[in-house]
Amino acid sequence: MEYFIQQLINGLTLGSIYGLVAIGYTMVYGIIGMINFAHGDIFMLGGFAALIIFLILTSFFAGIPVALLLLVMLVVGMLMTGLWNWTIERVAYRPLRGSFRLAPLITAIGMSIVLSNFIQVTQGPRNKPIPQLVSDTYHFGAITISLKQIIIVLLTVVLLAAFWYIVNKTPLGRAQRATEQDRKMAALLGVDVDRTISITFIMGAALAAVAGTMYLMYYGVASFNDGFIPGVKAFTAAVLGGIGSLPGAVLGGLLIGLIESLWSAYFTIAYKDVATFAILAFVLIFKPTGILGRPEVEKV
Amino acid sequence: MAGEPLLKVQGVETYYGNIRALAGVDVEVNRGEIVSLIGANGAGKSTLMMTICGSPQARSGSVIFDGEDITRQPTHLIARRRISQSPEGRRIFPRMTVLENLQMGAGLDNLKYFKEDVEKIFTLFPRLKERQSQRGGTLSGGEQQMLSIGRALMARPKLLLLDEPSLGLAPLIVKSIFAAIKKLNQEEGLTVFLVEQNAFAALKLSDRGYVMVNGKVTMAGTGKELLANPEVRAAYLEGGRH
Ligand SMILES: Nc1ncnc2c1ncn2[C@@H]1O[C@H](COP(=O)(O)OP(=O)(O)O)[C@@H](O)[C@H]1O
Ligand SMILES: [Mg+2]
Repeated sequence: MEYFIQQLINGLTLGSIYGLVAIGYTMVYGIIGMINFAHGDIFMLGGFAALIIFLILTSFFAGIPVALLLLVMLVVGMLMTGLWNWTIERVAYRPLRGSFRLAPLITAIGMSIVLSNFIQVTQGPRNKPIPQLVSDTYHFGAITISLKQIIIVLLTVVLLAAFWYIVNKTPLGRAQRATEQDRKMAALLGVDVDRTISITFIMGAALAAVAGTMYLMYYGVASFNDGFIPGVKAFTAAVLGGIGSLPGAVLGGLLIGLIESLWSAYFTIAYKDVATFAILAFVLIFKPTGILGRPEVEKV
Repeated sequence: MAGEPLLKVQGVETYYGNIRALAGVDVEVNRGEIVSLIGANGAGKSTLMMTICGSPQARSGSVIFDGEDITRQPTHLIARRRISQSPEGRRIFPRMTVLENLQMGAGLDNLKYFKEDVEKIFTLFPRLKERQSQRGGTLSGGEQQMLSIGRALMARPKLLLLDEPSLGLAPLIVKSIFAAIKKLNQEEGLTVFLVEQNAFAALKLSDRGYVMVNGKVTMAGTGKELLANPEVRAAYLEGGRH
């Protein structure tokens, strides 16, 4: 039983990270109807941004408090990654809006390759380690909870709450939902559709940057390849939850995290990724709209 | 600029790909007027409404609003000049509540006048008040039409464009919508440019009217003149009278 609870906690942590990344996939899909295949690499970039900021800060300000260090890593990482994603949308997707549907998908794959190769060339192909930032752990009988895990889950909850508020209660969020539901009508009501889409990319990237930083902190390494496996898992989470649905992305993320950690615990760990991708295949075949997705998104 | 029309459409041609939907249209709407545009299905009426809003843009000719050329402006900037449209098909945001749909209309002023304006809309269309927290997509056709007009009014328009406000509605609801338009025009001097299939009711309501055939304006006159015109009667009124 304790073993099971331990796996639940680990799965929840991992699931939080996937959920944060999944939101970026789902929001972009909702607002412009395309899968931003470069989003996984944006997540990877977020991890590297955090790593570089960490290296700079610790070499110039030795003895900087860990909390401050983490905060700067998060904030600067969010800004940098947001700028990257903004640029990608601007140069690779916006010019193709109104072109045939596959066109931006192809440039998205191109952008994904560009980003991972760029990092591979500039940062090297090997895993980049980072020292333990927080190492406290708490024991409850046989169950261990680390401070890292608590930070990850709490940060995710706070971000989700902020995010929920923006999307549901602010003029920006209304403009985003209007653009998603009927772009032309939104423009007729004075919504700057291009700007709204840009902001959506920036918001998605900011969440991915947080997830990237958490991932780096949790596993202690960053790799140019992180956009791929964790990226596709987050994508699977978005599809499982119902692409286009924000609560679905969170739910999907948690489920994928739980499945991954439970699978690793009770079956062969070597096959944990296979399990995730089998789920992706099954969902796509049997319930392409996912758990919370709408039956058919009316696209204008 | 009191003598200048509020809206002046001059020689406008609009294309969908290679197909010309508007073939040199001239239309004027003066401040405080209700002007209607009638014509058969596919004549280009909705295209003219959307061209005024820049979506699609005219390939040639010009659209002058309040003395300024808006032909090449993006749609959202045209909207910010207070041209408000209740477009064909109503285009309610289906997964937003009635109240949120109205908030979208009031976005130009950042909801500054929302409270007082929404009360006015609810007085005009009491049905919307009862349904205010219901999702747009679950409303009946008539309610959606009221919401679409209400949303357009929330923007405090200088020019209200209505594309077939009576389409598919029960006669009683049509009557109440037309009465509401008339009231806004008389009490607040709202300028309205209206597309209608229901030519009789529209022309009766309007100061002036235009008839459009195949992307061209073929007749113009006061509402009374057009109602009395034998060609208009034969083509748009006889048999179709309500
Ligand atoms: N989005 C579009 N793409 C291509 N052709 C269109 C489009 N919208 C309208 N048309 C064509 O333009 C012409 C005018 O249509 P429309 O303006 O909708 O007429 P009306 O509103 O008078 O019924 C029609 O021939 C119609 O088929
Ligand atoms: Mg029409």
